[in-house]
Amino acid sequence: MIRFLAKRLTQALVVLLLVSVLVFVLLHLLPGGPARAILGVQATPDAVAHFNHQQGYDRSLPEQYVSYLGRLLTGDLGESYKLNQSVASLLAERLPKTALLAGLALALAAVVAVPLGVLQAVRRGRAADYLLTGVAFLAYATPVFFLGLVLILVFGQQLQLLPAEAPQADTVGGILAQAPALVLPVVTAALGIVAAFSRYLRSAVLDNLAEDYVRTARAKGQSNARIMARHVLRNALIPLATLLGLYLPTLFSGTLVVESMFNYPGMGLLFWNAAQSSDFPVLLGVTLVVGVATVLGSLLADLAYALLDPRIRSVT
Amino acid sequence: MTIPALDAVGAGPPDAAPAVPGPARRALAALTRNKLALAGALVLLALFAFCFLGPLLHPTDQIHTDLAQAGRAPGVGHPLGTTDLGYDQLGRLMYGGRTSLEVGLAAGLLATLLGTVYGAVAGYCGGWVDAVLMRITDAALAIPALFLLVVVATLITPSKPVLILIIASVAWLSPARLIRGEALALRSRDYLHAMRLMGGGGGRAVFRHIVPNAVGTVLVNATFQVADAILYVAYLSFLGLSVPPPAADWGSLLSAGITYTQVGHWWLIFPPGLAIVLVVAAFNCLGDGLRDAFDVRPAKG
Repeated sequence: MIRFLAKRLTQALVVLLLVSVLVFVLLHLLPGGPARAILGVQATPDAVAHFNHQQGYDRSLPEQYVSYLGRLLTGDLGESYKLNQSVASLLAERLPKTALLAGLALALAAVVAVPLGVLQAVRRGRAADYLLTGVAFLAYATPVFFLGLVLILVFGQQLQLLPAEAPQADTVGGILAQAPALVLPVVTAALGIVAAFSRYLRSAVLDNLAEDYVRTARAKGQSNARIMARHVLRNALIPLATLLGLYLPTLFSGTLVVESMFNYPGMGLLFWNAAQSSDFPVLLGVTLVVGVATVLGSLLADLAYALLDPRIRSVT
Repeated sequence: MTIPALDAVGAGPPDAAPAVPGPARRALAALTRNKLALAGALVLLALFAFCFLGPLLHPTDQIHTDLAQAGRAPGVGHPLGTTDLGYDQLGRLMYGGRTSLEVGLAAGLLATLLGTVYGAVAGYCGGWVDAVLMRITDAALAIPALFLLVVVATLITPSKPVLILIIASVAWLSPARLIRGEALALRSRDYLHAMRLMGGGGGRAVFRHIVPNAVGTVLVNATFQVADAILYVAYLSFLGLSVPPPAADWGSLLSAGITYTQVGHWWLIFPPGLAIVLVVAAFNCLGDGLRDAFDVRPAKG
């Protein structure tokens, strides 16, 4: 277990380092460099040179990367071009709100997907299975923003049941206090994941139903419900931990769209607004944070997997 | 003289049945057997006909705005109504569909090509080359595709070719991983040892042996890649980072319609939205059918 842990941690560290290189490269792909982005196209060459010298952009790239990495390690992500605030403080405000939205969506997806997947596996080849498979196929192909739009039209405007705008509050507590306004954003972010998870669970339950231990349990006279709960589901749920880790990028992309759609004050909306106003430090800061979160998430998922299923440790 | 001998070895794995039909045959056979795949292929055919032949039956002006005709509900002359700028929505759907399909197809295929070569090289070389190449894809995959796409699209103003390059530059990562796995399994096969003994080099191994043998995986992945690329185009348009007007695609039509949800202009929202769902679902059905035909294991991350 210690060796597995050490190997996996080193791998994650290398990937994190490469993520920072990638973000650094993107920063230097800017047309005309960061100076043009801040000072505008009208700036004189003297002003550009002065700015570049001031910011250290006239030094060699490896030198710049080392100082960039040094600043990253102290939590310095630069200053926003437009918002007169440090990127780190912006992220500190927004990250918990996005985590709340993503967490709720993930929880909802899991709660809905598990029974659906089990139902499909048990009813394999019957009408319910085909129907749910068809629905999952369509849900999988539906862009998050189209789904959100349909939900807004139906529940926000036709039925007037739920607000079409996300909660507008400064704190996570304030957002939770406006629970009805959270419903549509969370459901929108969750649906695509429900489709993927229920597909996975269907095949995992089917695989496990064919195992010898199920036959043994049947021979001992256990009820179907007990076999499902005690044997099949337990084994089918373990790989779901890894799947959660793999779905983090999808989840973040989903929250980006959902937040800009419902005007939810999280990291995705910050990112989208930064894209509209070419606020590169914010864009790259969010990209870096999302990358780091994904790497850490999949690391945690792998560790959880190894803890839950001892067989994995010896294989990897 | 050695070349025909090499080719004979490369024609198929020695342990396979002597007369394995080619990929095109097997894909075609899969279509006739698998109803889902057939349905997907037919829907795609219909959508392509709609976008590329439709304007012949329903010619519209998609360049000049006509404010006198703006915001009309569906009716005579405009079966799907008109947009806020007076474009005929049915014609706009055909016109925008071309962008979505062209960019999606080109970007998906380019991404598959790049990823296949990259993955085959990594898997064939193995060792530290593989380790370095795969850590790079790990890092790039850690950043959600949409975020990378938005950053790149903010840097460069997209036109159709640029959009294709941007999407392909982000989407090649998952085929690279997939093909690398295949190549890793293929590199220790006897016919590759034989090829090396006869003096064949790395380039020959990758392009004449590994890629052709992984063609099933590549083909199946390509259909999913195209579906994803069409979604990426839509997402970028939705976020306002696609081809500028009067050009359009299904995503930008949809996002243009959002402003008019309050006044109930449903015809601006449902047709482009359903078109995206339909084309993506059709490509996915086709991919699923082909996967069964080629007996490819589902992609795992």
